[in-house]
Amino acid sequence: MNAPSPAQDTAPMPPLARHLIEAGDHFIGRLQQGQRLRIVDLEGNQAADTLFYNACDVAERYSAVDTVREQGSLYLTTGSVLRSTLNRPMLRIVDDSCGRHDTLGGACSSESNTVRYALDRRHMHSCRDNWMLAIAHHPEYGLTKRDIGHNINFFMNVPVTPEGGLDFAEGISGPGKYVELVSEMDVVVLISNCPQLNNPCSGFDPTPIELLIWRH
Amino acid sequence: MNLVPDVDYRTRLPGGQHWSLRLRRGASLTLIAEEPGCNVGLLLYSAEQPLERLNLPDTLKCQHTFHLGRGHCLYSDMGRVLASIVEDDCGGHDAVGGNLGPGHFEAKGWRRIRYQQGRNERTQSGHESVLIELAKYGLGLADLSANLNLFSKLAVDEQGRLRYLPDHCAAGDRVTLRFELDVLVMLHTCPHPLDPSPDYPHRGVKIELGTLPPPDRTDVCLSHCAENARGFDNNRLYLLGQ
Repeated sequence: MNAPSPAQDTAPMPPLARHLIEAGDHFIGRLQQGQRLRIVDLEGNQAADTLFYNACDVAERYSAVDTVREQGSLYLTTGSVLRSTLNRPMLRIVDDSCGRHDTLGGACSSESNTVRYALDRRHMHSCRDNWMLAIAHHPEYGLTKRDIGHNINFFMNVPVTPEGGLDFAEGISGPGKYVELVSEMDVVVLISNCPQLNNPCSGFDPTPIELLIWRH
Repeated sequence: MNLVPDVDYRTRLPGGQHWSLRLRRGASLTLIAEEPGCNVGLLLYSAEQPLERLNLPDTLKCQHTFHLGRGHCLYSDMGRVLASIVEDDCGGHDAVGGNLGPGHFEAKGWRRIRYQQGRNERTQSGHESVLIELAKYGLGLADLSANLNLFSKLAVDEQGRLRYLPDHCAAGDRVTLRFELDVLVMLHTCPHPLDPSPDYPHRGVKIELGTLPPPDRTDVCLSHCAENARGFDNNRLYLLGQ
C-alpha cells in the first residue's frame, strides 16, 4: 500500500495538531470549546465512526436521535448541530466538502457482523472492537461500554429508499474530502476508522483518515 | 397466521405516564392505543446484564429497514434478539425521533402543568420518564440509548427531511411484542416530540401481558430474513444448557 499523503491544508493557520489514523485504527482525545476539528478522508470512500462526549461529564454524549429530530433531517452536513443526550449543542459542522454524513447506520461490531453477514464473520475486525481497545487503553477519560452508543458515520452514505428501506450505498466521498466541526463545549472525541470488509461502505478497501485541529 | 397470546394480566397506562418491568423470555406485551395519535416510548435492556441493550442502528440496518413493523426483531448491541414484533396493526414505528424533553414545552407552546395544579394529569416529559425508570435499576443517563416510539411514524423524503404523520395511529391499533430473552422493559406514554397537537395530549394505552410459544422455523419474525434466523441462532447459543 502506498504511504498516505497528508491532507491539503487550505486553512491560513497551521494546525495545533495533526493525527493520522490508519485504516482499522482508532483515536481518542480532547477538543476544547471553540476548537476546530477537520476530519479528512485521505483516499476516499472511508467511514469514520465517531462518538463525542461532554469532557466534564461523559454521561452526556452525542445523541443521534436528538440531533436528527432538532434539525428535522436524517443526514448531517454544513450547518448541522450535533446535540447531546440532554439536547444541548455539542459541535457544529461549519464546512463539508463531502455533502452528507450518516446518522442511522451505527458502527459495525463482531456481534452484529454475525447477524448481518454470517455467523463465522465474528473474528473480523470491527469499529466497536476499536472503541473497546481505545477505552481500555485510556481509562483517564472514564468511558466504559455503557457510554458506547449510537454514533455518526462521517463520509458514509446510508439513504432511506422511497419504500422505507435502508440502502448501504456506495460512498459519495472522495480523496481529500473533509468535514470540519467547531466544538461548542469541551468534548472527548472517540473515532474508529472503520475496518469493515463486508459491505461497500469503504469500497472493501479501508484507508486512512487524518485529523487536523485548530485553536479557533 | 395470527399469534394470539395467552393473556394473564390486563392493565392500562394513562397518557403522560411511565412504567418498567422485568419480563421473561416467552412473555408477551400487547399495547392497544386508546385514542388516535398514541405514542409509547420503549427501551429494552437485558435483565441479566443491562450493559446489553436495545440497539436501534443494528436493528434497522440488519433488517434493511427504516420503518419497524410486524416480522421485525429488536436487536441488542450483542447481536441477539431481545424482542420480536409478532403483531402490528400500525405498520411503522419511529426509531429516530427520540423523547420529548423538558426543553420542548416552551418551543411547542405546550402548557407545563405542575403536580400541584394537575395532580396525575401533570405534563411529564419522555426524557425524564425514562431517567426515572432507569434509576430504579441503578442505570442512568449514560445508559440512555435511542428509544423506539411505538405507534408513531416519520416519513422521509429524498433529502432526508423528516415529517411526522399525525394520522398514523388509529384508536384500537395493537402491537404485540414477544420477548426472546429476559429483559427490563421501560415504557412511557408521553407524546412524541414532533406531535403537532396544540397542547400536550394525554393519550393512554391498554396493556395485556401474557405468554406466547417459542418461535419455530416458520415464525413470522425468525423467517423474515436470513439475518433474523442468525440472530435467533445467537440467542440459542446464549441460552445453551438452559
